[in-house]
Amino acid sequence: MAETKKTFSVQGMHCASCVVLIERALKKVPGVRDATVNIATNKATVTFTAEAVSDKLISSAVDGAGYQAILNQEVEEEDESRQRKLAELGTLRRKVAISLILGGLIFWGSFPGLMETAPEMLKNFFVQLVLATPVQFWAGWTFYRAAIPAFRHRTANMDSLVAIGTTVAYFYSLFVTVLPDMVSVIGVSPLPYFDVATIIIGLILLGRYFEDKAKLGTSDAIRKLIGLQAKTARVLRSGQEIDIPIEQVVRGDIVRVRPGEKIPVDGTIETGLSAIDESMVTGESLPVEKGAGDTVFGATFNKHGTFTFKATKVGKDTLLAQIIKLVEEAQGSKAPIQRVADAVSSVFVPIVIILAILTFVLWYVFGPETSLTYAILNMITVLIIACPCAMGLATPTAIMVGTGKGAEHGILIKTAASLELAHKVNTVVFDKTGTLTNGEPKVTDIISLSGEVKETLLGLAASLEKGSEHSLADAIVKDARGHKLSLRDVSDFKAVPGQGVTGVVDGAKLMLGNRKLFDSEGISFEKNEDIIARLEREGKTAMLLGKDMAFVGIIAVADTLKDSAELGVKALKDLGIKVLMITGDNKRTANAIGTALGLDDILAEVMPDQKEIEIKKLQDKGRVVAMVGDGINDAPALASADVGIAMGSGTDIAMEAADITLINKDIRSVAGAIALSKTTMRTIKQNLFWAFGYNVILIPVAMGVLYPFFKVLLNPIFASIAMAVSSISVVANSLYLKTRKF
Amino acid sequence: MPLDKIIVIIAGILGIGFTYWFFLMKKDRAIKITGSSVIIVVSGGYNPEVISIPVGKTTKLNFMRTDPTECLSEVVIGDFNIRRELPLNKTVSVKITPAKEGEYTYSCGMNMYHGKIIVS
Repeated sequence: MAETKKTFSVQGMHCASCVVLIERALKKVPGVRDATVNIATNKATVTFTAEAVSDKLISSAVDGAGYQAILNQEVEEEDESRQRKLAELGTLRRKVAISLILGGLIFWGSFPGLMETAPEMLKNFFVQLVLATPVQFWAGWTFYRAAIPAFRHRTANMDSLVAIGTTVAYFYSLFVTVLPDMVSVIGVSPLPYFDVATIIIGLILLGRYFEDKAKLGTSDAIRKLIGLQAKTARVLRSGQEIDIPIEQVVRGDIVRVRPGEKIPVDGTIETGLSAIDESMVTGESLPVEKGAGDTVFGATFNKHGTFTFKATKVGKDTLLAQIIKLVEEAQGSKAPIQRVADAVSSVFVPIVIILAILTFVLWYVFGPETSLTYAILNMITVLIIACPCAMGLATPTAIMVGTGKGAEHGILIKTAASLELAHKVNTVVFDKTGTLTNGEPKVTDIISLSGEVKETLLGLAASLEKGSEHSLADAIVKDARGHKLSLRDVSDFKAVPGQGVTGVVDGAKLMLGNRKLFDSEGISFEKNEDIIARLEREGKTAMLLGKDMAFVGIIAVADTLKDSAELGVKALKDLGIKVLMITGDNKRTANAIGTALGLDDILAEVMPDQKEIEIKKLQDKGRVVAMVGDGINDAPALASADVGIAMGSGTDIAMEAADITLINKDIRSVAGAIALSKTTMRTIKQNLFWAFGYNVILIPVAMGVLYPFFKVLLNPIFASIAMAVSSISVVANSLYLKTRKF
Repeated sequence: MPLDKIIVIIAGILGIGFTYWFFLMKKDRAIKITGSSVIIVVSGGYNPEVISIPVGKTTKLNFMRTDPTECLSEVVIGDFNIRRELPLNKTVSVKITPAKEGEYTYSCGMNMYHGKIIVS
């Protein structure tokens, strides 16, 4: 029989004797061949025959010894990875700060016009050497560490360019510091360029810091989805109710859920009734009434009522776990944006190296006297001027400013790639509930049929409904309270499932419900059928109010459109973008909203797990799709859309899965985000054009093409200044974004 | 022409030729995978960089990252809906079953380093 090894965390260990206790308890489990516990890592490893030993047995053995086995490691691994990344970010932040401080000091002591104000000590080249060395080989080690293995693979990237550029600048500087007379020979002042080396390293690391920080958020979606699940479950075992960690729930367990608790795993209700808020799974805000035989999902929220259910899906099989998997896959399927600068730099480096060698040879062979010095210096100039700092800064600075600008307007952009893609969007798909609508039902119409004032009707309906657990009742009671109406006592209250409620208020028999209720009570409503039908066509739920066997009024309840919805849709259409809506709702309700907003198309009755497929269908037709939604049921659709946009009013999960989050909940910001993307992309393109143009023009100048005609040669000082100016102009152009309107 | 200049010209031509050959004439040599798994060492790129696997067969790619460069910390095999984090010095296994013949490229999370899976 095959042997299996399993390693898991154990909680509660504090001394060596714990190790012995747990090992002994585990070894007693039939089928376990060996068990070892490590107190340093708080982990246990058991070797067992797979068929004989279940997680339940292992868990109860550890429990029996007085400790807790954590058999599901997913959350912990996610946390570990996040901790590691945060630690890396901390190191990077230190490197950025130290590089920029030391670089700034050297710059102060060496930049003409500024150096006059600097203390004498900072002007000393040996002091600059001491300051620059840790930046070059400690902070800059990142570049060597990437460049060296890349060279081994015969490739080169941005790191290679930075490594070569700064190394040449550093060693040239070291050379002129130690042997200044060698440079003076050709009439060039023996000035070192330690400031160039250090500041380039500092600024590029700064860009990398912001990028890494933004990247950290991408895995948060999964972490938060995992965090959604309940931590413990109350199960019935051996006739007793016990609280156990969710990882220990097994299929077939009977689980009890009390009001206000999260449902731990998926299952089928055995006994009891309740209203369950499934908005985190379905995205729909109305709580769902559920009873025996109905399916419940892990991570959903039990609002009222106590019930028991039989666990049918646990661990990786739950709906939540499936959603997590879908999000992971959808995130993996997204093709990363080609980075123009990186693609060019893979041929850029070899070309620059070739040009540098060529420069050396030409100057050595055809140069004036002291041709060796000319050859070396011009080769260095080519390498220094070709340093791709502007290329490195072009994208991140624009992204930084663009995202900052967005944040000011309530538009949070998660990744640079999504900002890049958003400007190509030509189709926007909105989720309905909670996105275009407010997500909670409100009283929209009160129609009096008997001459009674509307407030009286609302007061009667609310008095009757206050005892009801029906989700639409909340809307009526809330509306009555909003009108400061006093609610009266109800006697003989009766809820008729699927029809409505009846009761006696102030001696009058009231009934509130649908046509079926009126039919069964024997009240005629046909005379006003046209009003009821009109309300339903508008996507509203019409509730009929009867008093002492007379039809006295209609109260309509509906999820209302957000105030910004109409203008938001119009703003998108003005940009020439096709606007669609996707919803699980019936076609009648969906069409009512579609007509009100003037949408181009409506995808109704789409199950949550089908939304992603609908998005893919649109993409297959060549559309560049932005999906706007909330709720985790949208998460796979948000991730598979070219650009996923989450409303801030939705769950955090959808926000994490999305590329762009509209924290201001304003539909108009969808068009704002796309406009922001267009402006930012224009800035990035300008930056890249400048950065490349600069290299294309100045590298030949650095090589000396102007020398035969005008005796113009760039020395490394000008090369470094040109390079600094180039970087500054790129940053300045990015900062200019701040003043732009979108 | 003095000897030193001749030497510099020859050395320069060789240097340029070497640089061109070294970076720009690199040929992808596919490693044929006959078993059901392959270890891909992630350091300055992917080694082996190009693998060839049979169509329809499930192959386990065991990524082992030894290079701390941040951008290698994720691998993206977009054609197979896979994006995985590669913790340093740990093996991360990914199973793929290609249904169609063709060349599938994969990359690091930032699309700077590339590898290729040839399915035949």
